[in-house]
Amino acid sequence: MTSVLTDTLSIATDTLLAPASLESGALQNVLNSALGVKADYADLYFQHSMHESWVLEDGVVRDGSFNLERGVGVRVVSGDKTGFAYSDEIEMPALQQAASAARAIAQQGQNKKVPILLPVKSPVLYSTDNPLHGWQAEKKIELLKQLDALARSLDPAVKEVSASLNAVHDVIMVVASDGTLASDVRPLVRVNVSVIVERNGRKERGSAGGGGRVNLDWLIESDRAFNWARDAVRQALVNLDAQPAPAGTMPVVLGPGWPGVLLHEAVGHGLEGDFNRKGTSMFARKFGESVASSKCTVVDDGTLVGRRGSLNVDDEGVPSQSTTLIENGKLVGFMQDKMNARLMNVNPTGNGRRESYAHLPMPRMTNTYMLPGQDDPEEIIASLDRGIYAVNMGGGSVDITSGRFVFSTSEAYLVEKGKIVCPVKGATLIGGGDEVMRNISMVGNDLALDSGIGVCGKEGQSVPVGVGQPTLRVDALTVGGTA
Amino acid sequence: MSGQVIVQRPLDPSALKTLQERAERVLAEAKSQGASAAEVGVSLSQGLSVTVRMGEVETLEFHRDRGISLTVYFGQQKGSASSGDDSDTSIKEMVTAACAIARHTGEDRCAGLAEKALLATHCPDLDLYHPWDISPQLAIEQALQCENAGRQDARIVNSEGASVSSGVTMRWYANSHGFSAGFPTSNHSKSCVLVAEQDGAMQRDYWYESRRNAVDLASSEFIGDKAAQRTLSRLGGQRPSTGKFPVLFAPEVASGIIGHFVGAISGGSLYRNASFLKDKLGEPLFPEWVTLQENPLLVGGAGSAPFDNDGLPTSATSFVKDGKLNSYALGLYAARRLNMTPTGNGGGVRNLSISDSGEDQAALLKKMDKGVLVTEAMGPGVNIVSGDYSRGAAGFWVENGEIQYPIEEFTIASGLGDMYKNILGSGTDIDDRGNVHIGSLLVEQMNVAGS
Repeated sequence: MTSVLTDTLSIATDTLLAPASLESGALQNVLNSALGVKADYADLYFQHSMHESWVLEDGVVRDGSFNLERGVGVRVVSGDKTGFAYSDEIEMPALQQAASAARAIAQQGQNKKVPILLPVKSPVLYSTDNPLHGWQAEKKIELLKQLDALARSLDPAVKEVSASLNAVHDVIMVVASDGTLASDVRPLVRVNVSVIVERNGRKERGSAGGGGRVNLDWLIESDRAFNWARDAVRQALVNLDAQPAPAGTMPVVLGPGWPGVLLHEAVGHGLEGDFNRKGTSMFARKFGESVASSKCTVVDDGTLVGRRGSLNVDDEGVPSQSTTLIENGKLVGFMQDKMNARLMNVNPTGNGRRESYAHLPMPRMTNTYMLPGQDDPEEIIASLDRGIYAVNMGGGSVDITSGRFVFSTSEAYLVEKGKIVCPVKGATLIGGGDEVMRNISMVGNDLALDSGIGVCGKEGQSVPVGVGQPTLRVDALTVGGTA
Repeated sequence: MSGQVIVQRPLDPSALKTLQERAERVLAEAKSQGASAAEVGVSLSQGLSVTVRMGEVETLEFHRDRGISLTVYFGQQKGSASSGDDSDTSIKEMVTAACAIARHTGEDRCAGLAEKALLATHCPDLDLYHPWDISPQLAIEQALQCENAGRQDARIVNSEGASVSSGVTMRWYANSHGFSAGFPTSNHSKSCVLVAEQDGAMQRDYWYESRRNAVDLASSEFIGDKAAQRTLSRLGGQRPSTGKFPVLFAPEVASGIIGHFVGAISGGSLYRNASFLKDKLGEPLFPEWVTLQENPLLVGGAGSAPFDNDGLPTSATSFVKDGKLNSYALGLYAARRLNMTPTGNGGGVRNLSISDSGEDQAALLKKMDKGVLVTEAMGPGVNIVSGDYSRGAAGFWVENGEIQYPIEEFTIASGLGDMYKNILGSGTDIDDRGNVHIGSLLVEQMNVAGS
């Protein structure tokens, strides 16, 4: 890949700085004043973000919306203390005011002077084109109508269809007292189809979708959006026949792709640098130890081309990387932002992310997945004497201190004597992170990443992420059914 | 702290005047760009939040957010736009974007502003605005006291910190039918998250308080101490065995159980045919002694508002009366879709409360005799379309009407319809910190899955 660094930097400069005639010399002055004589680090985060959304319901696109946010966040770090202020006006007086508020925290640190700002080099994982402008409104609406018509044509049980198309264009720039000058221009698109089917008085929902840091054309290439519509209907119809799920602890096989939300919850959050620096994660004292079955290698990789969780540079201007978290079962890496990396004496890993200029960055996942193993997926399912085979998930959550995590199925099957018996109703699965990872006894050769639908929430901040895995067998998980 | 004291310019209620002018500017711009009708919400919020951890300041954050959100109508077509930027240029751009969208959306017979006759005509003062003149230094002191109170027991080995935050918000809503009103609110909170350890296993829990008026907040020490008690009480958790047991939901979890009900009777779920409570008006869903009522005009209430998001007056509504579903919660648009009358619930329900059965938590534990007390529910796992409920949980094993030991890593599952029908008691131990005021809730039987 060639670097089009000058491209993102010039777009970011034109979008963020030029309207207020801000120049890098002036920004350096703001940083110097934010840093004062006492702080360790300061940064400015400029953002201009456009979001457009179209929603179809009842066969008609009744609503569309456009959102524009711009602003700048000023952060001053002194030891492990952080001062933060932001402004929705990108202008010098507002910047100076935010800087003086943020530096109120500083009480230690060495006298520093901001070095010459050097542009950060990074690979280019997506186009700088604004996806909002990729298609005319008519074409966006037409796609939603086609998805609606397709979904309704598939089965008379389909009673309601809602379809949405979202596009985001996010331009950011980070200027930091360590000399960082970084910019990124991030597209993000997403289509979603959700259906309600009804038969004999029973109602079920099915939904599917996807996207990434791609243009709108990508959504219809290879029939992608139409396949999601088909999948939403298929899922809903499957659930019409679902029987109550069993209750209790049993072996569970998780399908490839989106069920990788398991990894996100079971180990992902627990391996974020902040929780480990503070010692509040159950993994904090387990670095270098075995925390999973030796068949498990888990990575967090922000460098996948066009993926929803990918970033050219993170929100602190650190280039994305692929970080191995667990290698053959051994805990070998944490995900770090700059502050936690400095305090733990390691290098940042490009995982410093924030929801917007009005939020503080912290260590977050990008695309988190397990590498493929040797097992044949068919054989993994056939290995179940009695258990659950889960292929689609709702979402999940974790208590990183005790390690307990949950995720819920939206499409799952009861398997007996190696054969699929029937679909079962949505059930929550619960387990302890390290136990479950140790109980992974088979790893398929069919690694898949999700279709681009993940949103991760942490301390009130949402960021787009990806997950993935091959088919896995977990020998014991607790299934929250009613049967 | 350094010697420098940072004081944000306080927001005084006169800031509302600025919002009103801005809202009216947006409406004028929409009109000049050809919109046949328009509505706009403008907000300004400001505050500070501090977190201390292990006796040291961790973060000091200053917040100041502006927001404008606009909907324009061209006949029955509509488009929306929002932004934090209120400059004239930005307002023009926003209106242009909304108009461009409205010219492309399909005709919707239900789109449009409320008829003039329906709009609220006065805006009672509900005593929701009590700014707290708290300096960062004082906020830090209180957070330190809170965390310190929570760290007295040696088994509290770590902390995720204690926070104090304070903020005010001004909102104004105006539409081209002549409605124009707004009001200020304040919100102040304290919280503490602690970590305890025993035999190498860590547990975490927290407590928080949130009030309109800072003088109503519990003391920092109380919150820290309560967080510590909750965290310590989890140590030595076991897994319950799988089976069918009664479940007593502690108030902080019970509010969610009622929240799912609200989701299912909300207009948006109903007109999308996405609720298991569609077409159930008049049917008995709860035991006869249960009423569920909202009190949107409650003085000083967490969810209070004099008018809803459509400009309609809010009023006390009984959603459940004598156990029967008495009313849906409808905003204007949903009501039109359903050919029903709006209930002033544009933007949701406000200060919902449930009738109690006259028993406190101890009495409900006695009544349950043997079962599970749930103090935490985890994960999504609630399907409003089918009513299926399956969530992760933590809490306590109860026998002989008394708490025996903490339990964790189990699930509770049932159907929401069955759960509501089989409520055996609703406690007097009301948690009124949030929008749902409710005590402990006893459900006759659920599937518990553990070891």
